[in-house]
Amino acid sequence: MVFTRYVEAGRVVLINFGPDAGKIATIVDIVDQNKCLISGPAEATGVVRQVISYKRIALTDFLLKIERGCSEEDLEKAFKDEGMAAQWEATPWAKKLASKKKRASLNDFDRFKVMVAKKQKSAIIAKKMKELS
Amino acid sequence: RIHQHCKNEFLTMGKATKTEAPKHPRFYPAEDVKVETKFKVRQNPPKIRASITPGTVLILLAGRFRGKRVICLKALESGLLMVSGPYQINGVPLRRVNPAFVIATSTKVDVSKVKLSKYDDTYFGRDKTTKKEGEEEFFMGDAPKPAVVSDQRKADQKEVDTALMKVVSSTEMLEGYLAALFTLTNHDKPHLMKF
Repeated sequence: MVFTRYVEAGRVVLINFGPDAGKIATIVDIVDQNKCLISGPAEATGVVRQVISYKRIALTDFLLKIERGCSEEDLEKAFKDEGMAAQWEATPWAKKLASKKKRASLNDFDRFKVMVAKKQKSAIIAKKMKELS
Repeated sequence: RIHQHCKNEFLTMGKATKTEAPKHPRFYPAEDVKVETKFKVRQNPPKIRASITPGTVLILLAGRFRGKRVICLKALESGLLMVSGPYQINGVPLRRVNPAFVIATSTKVDVSKVKLSKYDDTYFGRDKTTKKEGEEEFFMGDAPKPAVVSDQRKADQKEVDTALMKVVSSTEMLEGYLAALFTLTNHDKPHLMKF
């Protein structure tokens, strides 16, 4: 059991709980065993610099090259240079979250359209399966 | 007997100036007369929740047509909603429906071109003419009486539905949507569903 994602300055995290839930941020510094200092950076993600408990965040695979306790400016630059926002959106994790959100926002008519689309898809597959067998 | 104005002077003589004592009429009824109350009960028009507007697609939750998706045409004076399937899509005729037993979806249809001015509660009210009293009805018992739909109703239904169908067929998949029944299946959480 080797750990690969560490809590360190530059680790990109996903916030799971609280007013910024669903947004990504970067660990800037570590406070103690239970909490760390994170920042969006604020302009890029909407998460202001704040102390947050590890219980509220999930570590991602991404790591930015920043110094511990770096300024917001440096953080912005690193975030932008890496294109972190786009990289995150491309991950299957982010896509799953987005689709869950979309599903929750569907109205009754949309759910009907989804049902019809699923039926059409399975009909095509069933037809093909019949051909092959 | 002291004269009126002297009486007032008499009263105000030793005291500080007070307001005049109320003047009593010379004759008054022997028993107390009830004073008419000034507050009259005002019947305000019933309020219908904001999510229900003319043209909203509604899901009927109770009654003969439960589960059907219908189009709300207007709100009647009694607070009930006038509704139509349209009849050719799902079999729901021009009908009144209680808004308490309805889910209002966010899907709206434009019904401004449909003529609805002649429909009100009296149109839908039950006819008071047919009441056979006496032995005949007693011996018939509780046999279900066949429903008779008047020709006027059929004509009105056709008129409204042709106007509605024009709008419904312009939106993709709306006809199929109105034909389908609403059901809950496994993993559905109605309190989290957006309508």
